[in-house]
Amino acid sequence: MQNWIDAYSWINIRFLLQGLWITILISVISVILSFIIGSVLGIIRYAKIPYLSRIVGFIIDVIRNLPLLLIIFFVYFGLPAFGFKPDTIPAAILAMTVFESMMIAEIIRSGILAVDPGQMEASRAMGMKMSQAMWHIVLPQAYKKMIPALVSQFISLIKDTSLATIIVVPELMQHGQVVYGQDPNYIIPVFVAMAVMYFVVCYALSLLSKFIDRRMA
Amino acid sequence: MIHLLTSNWSEFISGFGWTLLSSVLALFFSLIIGSLFAILEVVPNKFLRIIGNIYVEIFRNIPLLVITMFFYLVIPLYIVKINGFTAGTIGLTIYTSAFIAETVRAGINSVDPGQMEAARGQGMTFWQAMRYIVLPQAFKYVIPPLGNQFVNLVKNSSVLAFVAGFDLMYQGNAIASQTFDTVNTYVIVGIFYLIITLPISYYMQHLEKKLA
Repeated sequence: MQNWIDAYSWINIRFLLQGLWITILISVISVILSFIIGSVLGIIRYAKIPYLSRIVGFIIDVIRNLPLLLIIFFVYFGLPAFGFKPDTIPAAILAMTVFESMMIAEIIRSGILAVDPGQMEASRAMGMKMSQAMWHIVLPQAYKKMIPALVSQFISLIKDTSLATIIVVPELMQHGQVVYGQDPNYIIPVFVAMAVMYFVVCYALSLLSKFIDRRMA
Repeated sequence: MIHLLTSNWSEFISGFGWTLLSSVLALFFSLIIGSLFAILEVVPNKFLRIIGNIYVEIFRNIPLLVITMFFYLVIPLYIVKINGFTAGTIGLTIYTSAFIAETVRAGINSVDPGQMEAARGQGMTFWQAMRYIVLPQAFKYVIPPLGNQFVNLVKNSSVLAFVAGFDLMYQGNAIASQTFDTVNTYVIVGIFYLIITLPISYYMQHLEKKLA
């Protein structure tokens, strides 16, 4: 019991919460960037532009099927060979963004495909350009349909930031390792605390997604 | 790159083998555990349903790395000595089983409830109806999502590198730090992963189109 009280001293808890803050910061920045890049790539793949869509589609498929950990290693240890040496947090954000953009591109593309093609045809027949119809008619409907998929992708992004501990990004998992490194008796209490912190954030998001989904339906 | 591949061939292949073995073992056990929890989530008994729900929600919302590191550090400390490969595979199994439970539950729910009612009406018990009528129909719906889970599982098995699981990622890191040729090593490691994941994910896309 004393182990638990010692492990949960305010200094340790505050240190873990600081880690959680970095985790959330990295996740939010990466998800915003990947949402923008993913939307562009998803629309390019959907639009069937000769050659370009094929190439983009292939890149999306390749990166989606690689482990995120490999991409983190590549960014942090591989890119310096090309003369670009990012710091740990930017490296984590870059790796997450590259990976998540491809995941989100696929979600966007299938969201657009799920919109009745009649919507596009009708807007074109009303005299709208392809880009206008996409922006004003198809995309708003598509985004509504993909909210659950986007939120669950965001949840896995938050969980995946824990992998960045391998390049010593000061996020929750890394801070946890620092705390239980002091004393092996802290291992279980610290894992429980980390699990609770991740769980609260991720579960709250999944409840939010269910709530939005019910309101929209 | 060719030279790097040939001079470290045995390390790459053994890493590839351990990655594949860990993924297949984790898939096998998480299919069993996941299906059990999926059934728990749809049984009439409320208490069992809550247990099923808690299991799924907890392990879906905690990072795989936290689960894996927990098993790697805690089991040897208090119970038995296990190696990184075993700890990693246990972590993978538990994490994946929560996702498979969700997938299978969605499959069970997509089977017309009339099937269960009719089977019960014929005098079958709940478990008989589940086993002979509902599950066989549910598995048809869940094959594409299960294939995607397997792709995720292979990608996730890279966490074995954290616990010295001798998988592809671990061997790749060892080779990269020996040869200092990080770029080519990681490209080769990536190609090895794609050999497993790309064909499965293309096949699943094809199946999804066919079933839809």
